[in-house]
Amino acid sequence: MIDVSFAVAPASFTALLGLNGAGKSTLFALITRLFGTQAGRIGIFGHDISLAPGEALRLLGVVFQPRTLDLDLSVTQNLLYHAALHGIAKREARLRSDEVLTRIALADRAGSKVRDLSGGQMRRLEIARALLHRPRLLLLDEATVGLDVKARADILGHVRQLVIEQDIGVLWATHLFDEIVPGDDLVVLHQGRVLAHGPATNIIADAGARDINSAFMRLTGAAVDPGSPAP
Amino acid sequence: MSSVTVNRHQSGFSLAQYVTCLNGIVWREALRFVHQRERFVSALVRPLVWLFIFAAGFRQVLGISIIPPYETYILYEVYIAPGLMAMIQLFNGMQSSLSMVYDREMGNMRTLLVSPLPRWYLLFCKLVAGTAVSLLQVYAFLLIAWFWDIAPPPIGYLTVLPALVVSGLMLGALGMLISSGIKQLENFAGVMNFVIFPMFFASSALYPLWRVQEGSPLLYYVCLFNPFTHAVELIRFALYGQMNWISLAIVVCCTTAFMIGAIYAYDPSRGLVRRGPAGGEA
Repeated sequence: MIDVSFAVAPASFTALLGLNGAGKSTLFALITRLFGTQAGRIGIFGHDISLAPGEALRLLGVVFQPRTLDLDLSVTQNLLYHAALHGIAKREARLRSDEVLTRIALADRAGSKVRDLSGGQMRRLEIARALLHRPRLLLLDEATVGLDVKARADILGHVRQLVIEQDIGVLWATHLFDEIVPGDDLVVLHQGRVLAHGPATNIIADAGARDINSAFMRLTGAAVDPGSPAP
Repeated sequence: MSSVTVNRHQSGFSLAQYVTCLNGIVWREALRFVHQRERFVSALVRPLVWLFIFAAGFRQVLGISIIPPYETYILYEVYIAPGLMAMIQLFNGMQSSLSMVYDREMGNMRTLLVSPLPRWYLLFCKLVAGTAVSLLQVYAFLLIAWFWDIAPPPIGYLTVLPALVVSGLMLGALGMLISSGIKQLENFAGVMNFVIFPMFFASSALYPLWRVQEGSPLLYYVCLFNPFTHAVELIRFALYGQMNWISLAIVVCCTTAFMIGAIYAYDPSRGLVRRGPAGGEA
């Protein structure tokens, strides 16, 4: 990562747009302290991830690109395990678990093994899990990869609702242009550098483009088929 | 990522939160163990094969003189029982490290590592969970062995528990340290050849050290410096209500060293997760 600097406002939806290999997952690994930072500073609501990782991580909810659910455990057991990792007592964890499962319409699958869920249901469960400890900032790394069109729309819609209803800040990493709407805050990442940051409409206008596709191509010079989502 | 500071949460974690985390990790490990019944069976079959076949076959060949903690002549089966108990823990420690490599490859490890509790504590919890599972296996083995006339004094079943905990922690910490250095699941076969077998055979598990010394002084020293030897001796003495202080000291020191090594190896600045395929595009 080179000269990467941007902020995500509370209760906002920020899209992190970049092609495969742009550095999105590396950035997420740095924010979540899976990798250590060699230079620079990452702050989560004032807590430096290197100096106060516990304080920073308790404010973060994370959905990684690869599935991180335990397939052999049930839906509820996965949630309770996550709650325990955040020091949430079992009684409280059960209450929260029931609450989030109802919200994502998986209450009837609470006892099912995760491996019996569909891809979309697993993603919804991962998002629910990430919200269980009531974070202030939610990170989602390519959360819709591998899902069908309807499941993608459901997930994206659900996350946008969270921003509105629960005042959660969201950093949504994607390489799909159609997941970004003009009103979103947008960070364009390319080869480890931030090429543009600001409201998507401004970035489009500054690039002299007519939409996000063409603005992205002008900024990066990437060979992307303008008629479709990026590969 | 936000630079905005609002409503800071309470700092630090309470003791109850630490305990909750430990319970959660042990509970998950126990659930996985229950789900993998074949793992339990194979963990039992391995030492029982040694006991029922190997020991029976070598009973007449390998005579055992009276050595502490034994106060009389003993059957070979009785001699190797503590070694087989330690073997269960050795395999369990390596199995735990195998599951950590698997978790890392599958991405599950991230769930653990992004917990806000200190990483050293999370690794310690994993270690405790693995040790707890090994205790179940060892006591199941002791129960079956009792029907084979391996019957230490009743108090031994209690006094051996702390020894099993310490040796389980040491072997688990070793497995954890090894797991940090394994890049792919496929490489784990090497652990069998280069760690488990040499540790087991170059120890006092199958034959007393004085016999080894008679055969090869060099091998004797290898056995003497093998931490697994001291895990075996610690268990052997504890099973008869006695304490081998030297073995205890060595096992505790090795546990500490392996644990520190594992914590260092899992330090984020070393980019642990980068070693796996990670699934990301980075």
